[in-house]
Amino acid sequence: MSRFSRRSVLLGLAAPVAALLFAALVSAIILGTTGHAPLDAFQAMLASAKRPRTVVNSIDSATTYYFSAVAVAIGFRMNLFNIGVDGQYRLAAMLSAAFAGATFMDGVPAVLRVAATIVMAMCVGAMWAGVAALLKVARGVSEVISTIMLNAVATAVVSFLLNPHRLAVSVAGSNNIGTRPIGSGGQVPGFGYPGTSSRVFGLILLAALVGVLYSLVLTRTRFGFELKATGMSEPAAVAAGVSVKRMVASAMLLSGAVAGLVGMPQLLGSSYSYSLDFPTGLGFTGIAIALLGRNSPIGMAFAALLWGVLDQSANVLDITGVPKEIVAIMQGVIVLSVVVAYELVRRYRLRLEQRDVGRALGTTEAPPSTPTPVAAMV
Amino acid sequence: MSATGTAVCAGTVLRARRQRISPLGYTGIGLAVLAAVSAVRVATGASDLTSSGTVGAALAAAVPIALAGLGGLWSERAGVVNIGLEGQMVLGTLGAGWAGYQYGPWAGVLMGLLLGALGGLVHAVATVTFGVDHIISGVAVNLVAPGLGLFLAKLVFRNAPGGGQKQSPPVRDVRHLTAPYLTSWLGSLERRQWFLVSDLAAVLRGLTFQISTLTIVAVLLLVATFVVLWWTPFGLRLRSCGEAPYAAESLGVNVRRYKYAAVIVSGAMAGLGGAFLAVSSGQFRDGQTGGRGFIGLASMIFGNWRPGGLAMGAGLFGYTDAMQLRGSDAVHALLLLLGIALLVLTVIQARAGRVVLAAVAGVLGAAFVLWFAATDEVPPELVGATPYVVTLLVLALASQRLRMPKADGQIYRKGDGG
Repeated sequence: MSRFSRRSVLLGLAAPVAALLFAALVSAIILGTTGHAPLDAFQAMLASAKRPRTVVNSIDSATTYYFSAVAVAIGFRMNLFNIGVDGQYRLAAMLSAAFAGATFMDGVPAVLRVAATIVMAMCVGAMWAGVAALLKVARGVSEVISTIMLNAVATAVVSFLLNPHRLAVSVAGSNNIGTRPIGSGGQVPGFGYPGTSSRVFGLILLAALVGVLYSLVLTRTRFGFELKATGMSEPAAVAAGVSVKRMVASAMLLSGAVAGLVGMPQLLGSSYSYSLDFPTGLGFTGIAIALLGRNSPIGMAFAALLWGVLDQSANVLDITGVPKEIVAIMQGVIVLSVVVAYELVRRYRLRLEQRDVGRALGTTEAPPSTPTPVAAMV
Repeated sequence: MSATGTAVCAGTVLRARRQRISPLGYTGIGLAVLAAVSAVRVATGASDLTSSGTVGAALAAAVPIALAGLGGLWSERAGVVNIGLEGQMVLGTLGAGWAGYQYGPWAGVLMGLLLGALGGLVHAVATVTFGVDHIISGVAVNLVAPGLGLFLAKLVFRNAPGGGQKQSPPVRDVRHLTAPYLTSWLGSLERRQWFLVSDLAAVLRGLTFQISTLTIVAVLLLVATFVVLWWTPFGLRLRSCGEAPYAAESLGVNVRRYKYAAVIVSGAMAGLGGAFLAVSSGQFRDGQTGGRGFIGLASMIFGNWRPGGLAMGAGLFGYTDAMQLRGSDAVHALLLLLGIALLVLTVIQARAGRVVLAAVAGVLGAAFVLWFAATDEVPPELVGATPYVVTLLVLALASQRLRMPKADGQIYRKGDGG
């Protein structure tokens, strides 16, 4: 059976579509029971999503989310759970912002300066993830727990460093504080879009590059093969001569390096400084998007775009009197229902395949199969 | 049934027996730790290290963490990892705020418990029925709960008297109890500032003065959890689901039902922890839980998936939490304490022949002592990181005895035992 047969494509699309519909339904029910008109809210969001400004902002959010999703997905591919993307990108963005904004960087040529900033961010992200990798490899500490702890430690370190006595300066005209702004020589210009003054992040190209590299490494290199092999069956990988410890360490470091990029589009494309209002929590968004996109480079791109559109068009809801948190609920329901849907599709596909096998073997009855989804729900 | 069930867990019980310390031993260790803290207090003059105020604040801070940890214990003992504790706690704060301002604090507590249990039910449906990865489902619960909390807060609290977009109207606190006579006598003893004696008096006073009724409920739940999970057939079967679900299944245990029960109780405990936060601080606020669900999870791992260890872990977190609000000299003295603890660990590990670990612990310990000697205060921003750093250190340097339930986090599919 070909990998891209009509049935497998349909089944592959069934789960995300079903999850989206289910999430819309749940949101509609919540809106309906709390006295709002669901259709009006959805229409307002749709109208907002079509505006050029929202389009640009959605693409910009999606760029940021995509880095985060790829960082999470690298870990997922070998059953590593890097919950620490959140701390890794915040620390990386903060330190590289201070580095790029420092006075000695003013004379450095633009290309070199931007490249140095990005490399710095990747190194910091990898270093912070490296702590978890070290604990896992040397002491067998679950990366879930250690990265949760490291997120909290990163929060403390960032607030310690982001202090006027250390790396921060006051932002003019407000009581916000941030790192010294990066001069025009260290910024990445954006692309214009007709109908709005907002610009598409220039680093969207880097996001595309990371996506391509991610795909190439996984499908065309020995490292990628070993990564996937370890994720699918550790004993089999060990039997084939893969050093699991080395794989854990390199996957975690790579994941951290990509996590370091999460803050870059925002830093180099729009805020030019790491201040108190720098976006937080993007690491968790990345987990959701990686799940929705099934760790596939293309799937995650669509998922990131969907997330960006939902987030940006939600802003209009507060004006219409609907709390915009309905979108957060919708997103959570999407994550949960998409994994449930994938599981149901998996069971269904298994049954189909068993039936095919049964037919090929000449027996008329299907071999015993796993319970049907309906029976499983009881 | 219980006889065959015993066979399932016999191995676990035997291993646990071997390393168990007698109650007298625990008392001795506790006194030794207190003596060390007391010595540091006398040496540095940081009286807040053991003042009854600190101990009381530590206890209040430890309760929600311990409740979240208990939630983690229930579900992980049945083999389901529950990262969604944080979200279930948020639901607890929401329920307590909503019912609390209308019908009084105990109604709030009940509502928080119920909403938390509902969060647990969602996690159970996803993980047990649909076989979703436990971490993924937990992350999803953590995504939905704050969104739902804020959504409902905007709807029901905005127009309520004294409420706002992100907070509920005020909720009355439950009654606080004080042990009669004892506290004034202990208080006079505490003021003498004697070595060890005053510290012991301060600790006792902190544990008996103005104690929230909910704290007492939490302590009772801790004891009840131990009794139910370790001394009843129900608990034995529940734990067998976490150790060897297919073996339990072959003995006739309805593994799914036990997992459901465990995860729902888990959510209820976390919800109760959230309700404690809302009731004791006087209202529901957005972001009130502040990661305590995760810390609860860490305290349970810290405590080796046992109620007593969990309580110790929660106490440690509560203590460092309370320290943040105390004088800066007490926090500074904490550095010395941490250094000493690491140096003691160095000796223990060196005697056990683990050279590398001992060396790492020794270097870190020396660094903390040096940090203490070279500075006059700890930057306040870093104090908040203490519990997390301590957890990392414990996991990194002293965790060779931690043993989680054998089938923890694994997806169970009925009849797949092979």
